[in-house]
Amino acid sequence: MKSGAEEAFDLIVLGGGPAGISAALSAARHGVHTLLIDESPMPGGQVYRAVPGEFRINSPVRLGEDFKRGETLRRALAGSAVEVRLDLCVWNVAPGFLVQAAGPNGLFQGQSRAVIAATGAAERLYPFPGWTLPGVIGLAGATILLKSQQMLPGRRTLVCGVGPLLYAVASAILKEGAEVAAVVDAASFGEWVSCLTRMASRPDLTARGARWLWMLRRAGVPVLYRTKIIEARGTDAVTEAVVAPVNAQGQRQVGARTRSFAVDSVAVGHGLVPGTEASRLLKAKQVFRAERGGWTAEHDADGLTSIANFYVAGDGAGVAGAAAAEESGSLAGLAAARDLGRLDAQRHMTIATAIRRKRKRADRFGHAMAEMMRARPGLIDAATTDVVVCRCEDVTRTTLEATIAAGARTLNELKSWTRCGMGPCQGRFCSETAAELIAAKTGDRAGAGQLTARFPIRPVAIRQLVEGFDYEQEVPSPALVPM
Amino acid sequence: MSELRIRGAVERPTIVTLRVDGTEVTAHAGESVAAALLAAGIKRLGRSARADAPRGAFCFMGACQECVVRIGGAPAQACITPVRDGMVIDLGRT
Repeated sequence: MKSGAEEAFDLIVLGGGPAGISAALSAARHGVHTLLIDESPMPGGQVYRAVPGEFRINSPVRLGEDFKRGETLRRALAGSAVEVRLDLCVWNVAPGFLVQAAGPNGLFQGQSRAVIAATGAAERLYPFPGWTLPGVIGLAGATILLKSQQMLPGRRTLVCGVGPLLYAVASAILKEGAEVAAVVDAASFGEWVSCLTRMASRPDLTARGARWLWMLRRAGVPVLYRTKIIEARGTDAVTEAVVAPVNAQGQRQVGARTRSFAVDSVAVGHGLVPGTEASRLLKAKQVFRAERGGWTAEHDADGLTSIANFYVAGDGAGVAGAAAAEESGSLAGLAAARDLGRLDAQRHMTIATAIRRKRKRADRFGHAMAEMMRARPGLIDAATTDVVVCRCEDVTRTTLEATIAAGARTLNELKSWTRCGMGPCQGRFCSETAAELIAAKTGDRAGAGQLTARFPIRPVAIRQLVEGFDYEQEVPSPALVPM
Repeated sequence: MSELRIRGAVERPTIVTLRVDGTEVTAHAGESVAAALLAAGIKRLGRSARADAPRGAFCFMGACQECVVRIGGAPAQACITPVRDGMVIDLGRT
């Protein structure tokens, strides 16, 4: 692949998780010339992530339900007309549309009439002293280690934060014979119980949750509700974790007893935030919906954004989980087929109505989960003044608060003044905290806005971009003019 | 090899050798560099830009850039780069 070769498609789908695969399949089924791009070596996304191709699978059953569903989707994709390019990280999406990506096998440049962004979600992680220590990892990262790499995060792990991933990770660790020091959940048991009625639309998934809880109980793992991690200790890696009770907002209860656990790893996560880099880059209109994870591109029931022929699907369109992501992907792919003239409005309506019905059921469960994972701003009080909020640029809470006190009211202003969000992660792991710090002053979370997205939306080596650039051919030297 | 690798569901056939800051580390083909180093007990992959604090793999999904190491001299994210036999990995300042 050289940078010059530009390929043309009707539709390019960004992201090969459940939403992206379903979107590509449903568009291609109606004759749309579709390309699916994903940054991993195999499609599946985070939830349905495959094990490395070099591993031989002895027991698909032991790899679990998610692996099975992932294999079904991967098989459907392989048997379809969808073109698939893997190991490609998209670093630019330009209006019109031009998609540019880079990977270990070279560069990609594609033109398309429509784009579906199925880019999933990122993890929300509020800081606490020691959260930058090696051995402290994201909950989603822990699931990747466990499911895909078939690797334990440690021999004794503290699992903490909010949401269903806590129990998924803790039970997976137990299943493999390692220790869970404790599960530390900011939600109360009562919140989970009241969530139950809404989860009844997916008895299979609810039963899975019950199995996880039962495993923890049987192993004697302490499950501490309304509790959060307040410190990770260690010198070169984490060796101890300290937790403390919190109130309903996630704020630490003054004077309440803390508990300390000896650990060699901490898996922490505070919910999911929709990935909006592509839609922000294209300047699609954005809306803030706390109950769906925060900012997303505004979109209709099929995922169509404020930009013609640009759609969003899956968790990137608002957190609702993997099951709902498949239906939302199918709807976006179908809408693209209609908008590209491959499907008349009547037929589109007939097919879409059936999918929308299925989606409603999946959404009910997904939204209940998303509700459990919504931002709990009180959790940021674990970040004492000298705690680094922006990991890339080592910007502390004190620096951010001083800047807010001096008048910064948006994430962009904070970034300009302090470099918070300017580093290689491009604000993915500090924006949520920085926005809450602004909101603590102004009372207006949405008013803090989003960071302006600029290409490259993922770091890409200049060396790679200029590879194969023939200077003489691209910029011919003018003929010498006699003096 | 390491007690962090989960056995049973998969078989890891090929053993490869990496050189990490001059020391030999064995791993299995297909593993990510970050997972292989974790299994070898290597958690600190770098130091932060300004405060010079120890850092390691954090998000494991190619987003946070905390696990960037030098592989064959070029910066690469350890969490999404599969190991290859003979890889030379430099963790930089210790």
